[in-house]
Amino acid sequence: MTPQERTWRSQFGDALSDLTPGVALCLLILITFFLIACFAPWIAPYDEGAILTNDSFLSPNKEMRLGSDYLGRDVLSRLIFGVRVTLFLALIITFLSFFSGVSLGFLAAAFGGRVDSWMSRLNDAMLSFPALMLALIVINSLGSSFAVLVLTIAFIDMTRVYRVARALAVNIMVMDYVEAAIVRGEGKIWIVWHEVLPNALTPLAAEFGIRFTYAILFISALSFLGLGVQPPQSDLGVMVKENMQAILYGEYTTLYPAICIAFIAISMNVFVDWLLQRSSAQLPDEL
Amino acid sequence: MPDPDFLLQVCNLDVSVQNKNGRKHKIVDDISFNVSPGQVIALIGESGSGKTTISLGCMGYTRPGCHISAGSVQLGDTQVLEQPLPKLQQLRGKEITYVAQSAAASFNSAMKIDAQITEIPVITGAMSRKQALEKAKQLYRALELPDPETIGTRYPHQVSGGQLQRLMAAMAMISGPRLLILDEPTTALDVTTQIEVLYSFKRLIKENDTAAIYVTHDLSLVAQVADHILVLKDGKQVEYGPTSQIISDPKHEYTKALIAAAHLMPSKISTPDISTQTPPLLQVENVTAGYGPKQQSIALRGINLSIQQGETVGVIGESGSGKTTLGRLISGLMSPKSGRIHLNGQRLKHHVSKRSRNDLKQIQFAFQMADVALNPRQRLNKILGRPMMFYRGLSQKDATNEVSRLLERVDLPTDFAWRFPPELSGGQRQRVNLARALAAQPKLIICDEITSALDTIVAQQILDLLEDLQDDLGVSYMFITHDIATVSKIADRIAVMRHGKIVTQGPVDQILTPPCHEYTNLLLNSVPEMRTDWLDEAVVERRKLMTALGDKRET
Repeated sequence: MTPQERTWRSQFGDALSDLTPGVALCLLILITFFLIACFAPWIAPYDEGAILTNDSFLSPNKEMRLGSDYLGRDVLSRLIFGVRVTLFLALIITFLSFFSGVSLGFLAAAFGGRVDSWMSRLNDAMLSFPALMLALIVINSLGSSFAVLVLTIAFIDMTRVYRVARALAVNIMVMDYVEAAIVRGEGKIWIVWHEVLPNALTPLAAEFGIRFTYAILFISALSFLGLGVQPPQSDLGVMVKENMQAILYGEYTTLYPAICIAFIAISMNVFVDWLLQRSSAQLPDEL
Repeated sequence: MPDPDFLLQVCNLDVSVQNKNGRKHKIVDDISFNVSPGQVIALIGESGSGKTTISLGCMGYTRPGCHISAGSVQLGDTQVLEQPLPKLQQLRGKEITYVAQSAAASFNSAMKIDAQITEIPVITGAMSRKQALEKAKQLYRALELPDPETIGTRYPHQVSGGQLQRLMAAMAMISGPRLLILDEPTTALDVTTQIEVLYSFKRLIKENDTAAIYVTHDLSLVAQVADHILVLKDGKQVEYGPTSQIISDPKHEYTKALIAAAHLMPSKISTPDISTQTPPLLQVENVTAGYGPKQQSIALRGINLSIQQGETVGVIGESGSGKTTLGRLISGLMSPKSGRIHLNGQRLKHHVSKRSRNDLKQIQFAFQMADVALNPRQRLNKILGRPMMFYRGLSQKDATNEVSRLLERVDLPTDFAWRFPPELSGGQRQRVNLARALAAQPKLIICDEITSALDTIVAQQILDLLEDLQDDLGVSYMFITHDIATVSKIADRIAVMRHGKIVTQGPVDQILTPPCHEYTNLLLNSVPEMRTDWLDEAVVERRKLMTALGDKRET
């Protein structure tokens, strides 16, 4: 390897040149969805709640590009707003679960011993509940609102993130460079922040992508069961559920949100796979 | 044209790698050599010189990403490189066999030894299982393994490292290969076991009239087994000739440097001027420590050791002797079960979390493997600057300036401050590792085997640097190693450890000049001498010493 200083810019350039057409397409799809989510009110032709016609399940036409839903609302507009709600919810949930899961997981690994045992067994107990069941119980008893939804799913995701983060940190904590920091007399927080985190970043980034996809699927699943986002607000999962009957009338209404979910999930997974492969190839190959 | 005298003829071998931009780069360049049956050729060079790549090339194999771009390899009448893969697979394991560096990593820990050793002849149909077992037992006897009848019924973890390495040779020899490739087969072994293993390899090769390629970076070992030596540097041939000529009359500068840096006892051990001040810089008093719950399995027993300001104390012993544990205790990574440690006459708290920042500053630890001791995601500026900021309260800006000075001090360019450790070579990393310890401006640096993972020439440079720094800064070293030749060059005083106890200690000239302690003798006897008939004498001597020590331990 020719020794050269690695800057962020050159790393970014390297990343771009490594993109394969498939990955580039997936990245493009993801970026498009994010742009749609950001600018939904300006892009959407109608308001998401406005009932525009008495006819439900209209076929796509000039005024309503994707037809009407079961209440006569514009499917395209609801889809655009639905993407916005679903994506942002998923993002907040994933950030929350990562922040708490990674902090706790790293601290458990840094302190080790009894602290680690207690935290990890407690986490195992949480993991033993089926995720959807747990969410149903909590949301049913507290009532569905954005806050409850976000906190519940973030908490469930946190237990998963905790496991990954702790496993990563435990492996890093036994490295000699961490031991060197311990001998120096560094505190646990410094060690976690400066020695462990930079070395765990790439696998964590990949995990972030996977968790993000799961969060979307989870919100959609809850909405489909009627416990997620409440009407008239739209959300991809809600839309699938609401318009299921369209199939009986020979319309594809329910498939549009389903296709959106599939596109986001698949693109995210392809992108994350690529990221993982790249990071493992970049590890310094010693010996 | 094939020459009937030679079993293996390698002609103008080139191996290339292709980088990301499609450019080709030769890592092995125009190598030719011949081996006759019953003869050993040694490929010698530092890491990255292409010695393993050449030996794999003789099997028609390259690591992923490399390919053989030119040349020919002829084994008997067979052109190895022209064979299709199925033919090659028959050749490998039957005609050409390979003994890897780490036997422990090459055995399947879930299968019994016999099953693994007999596997290849049985699956290729060369022998029945019964015949193969019979042959295996013959080999066990030839390799002088204990209990040749039953050792094969054990699992790999039930035999010692030296035995496993010899079993690996048995596995390679069972199908009666014509060519045996040995890739650093003794590097991972303890010094005292190394010569036994070497001796059995040598005998086996002679008795079976096998040709062998021996890959290593240690010239003094090669002198014992090889008939011819091929010296390599950066994939090119530097010198090629009979062993006796290469070691007695080297032509090339690089070969001379290799010989100068070989693991040999210095011809004369200088008398250190030992000043005794009171109190000494560091005093370890009657320390006992162990591992496990309540430290029940004892690793150290009643250790007494003192280190004066500005001197180097060598702590020497085999793996498992407790020398690293002692270093960890002094640095505070581990607490002793009983006993006291004093620094400048003041009692030192046991664990690192209880010590004051000033006490921590005085004792620094340099780790063995620089590649895992430096955080790969931190620039050198941070790795070296942090101890300065932490101990000496320097600002970020002052620390950056100080890092430049420190890099110069350890003979590295100052712009290295902005590099990451994976961008450095092994020797450069070891310098950074040392520099990090120096950054704290300590009184004592504990050096844990800091030269053992390095090539001999690079290791010598690090030792020179250590001495330079000591002259300038008056820092003391506790030099932990298994290599008595290295320690005799650098230490003022020596403590010899065995089974968790210090068996003898004192000034280096007293400890190493006869009459020595029996165990010191054994260690001294294990250091190869640069003459071809040394090995046979050493093995006889070693067996006598082992009996004298009353050691029933298997070799």
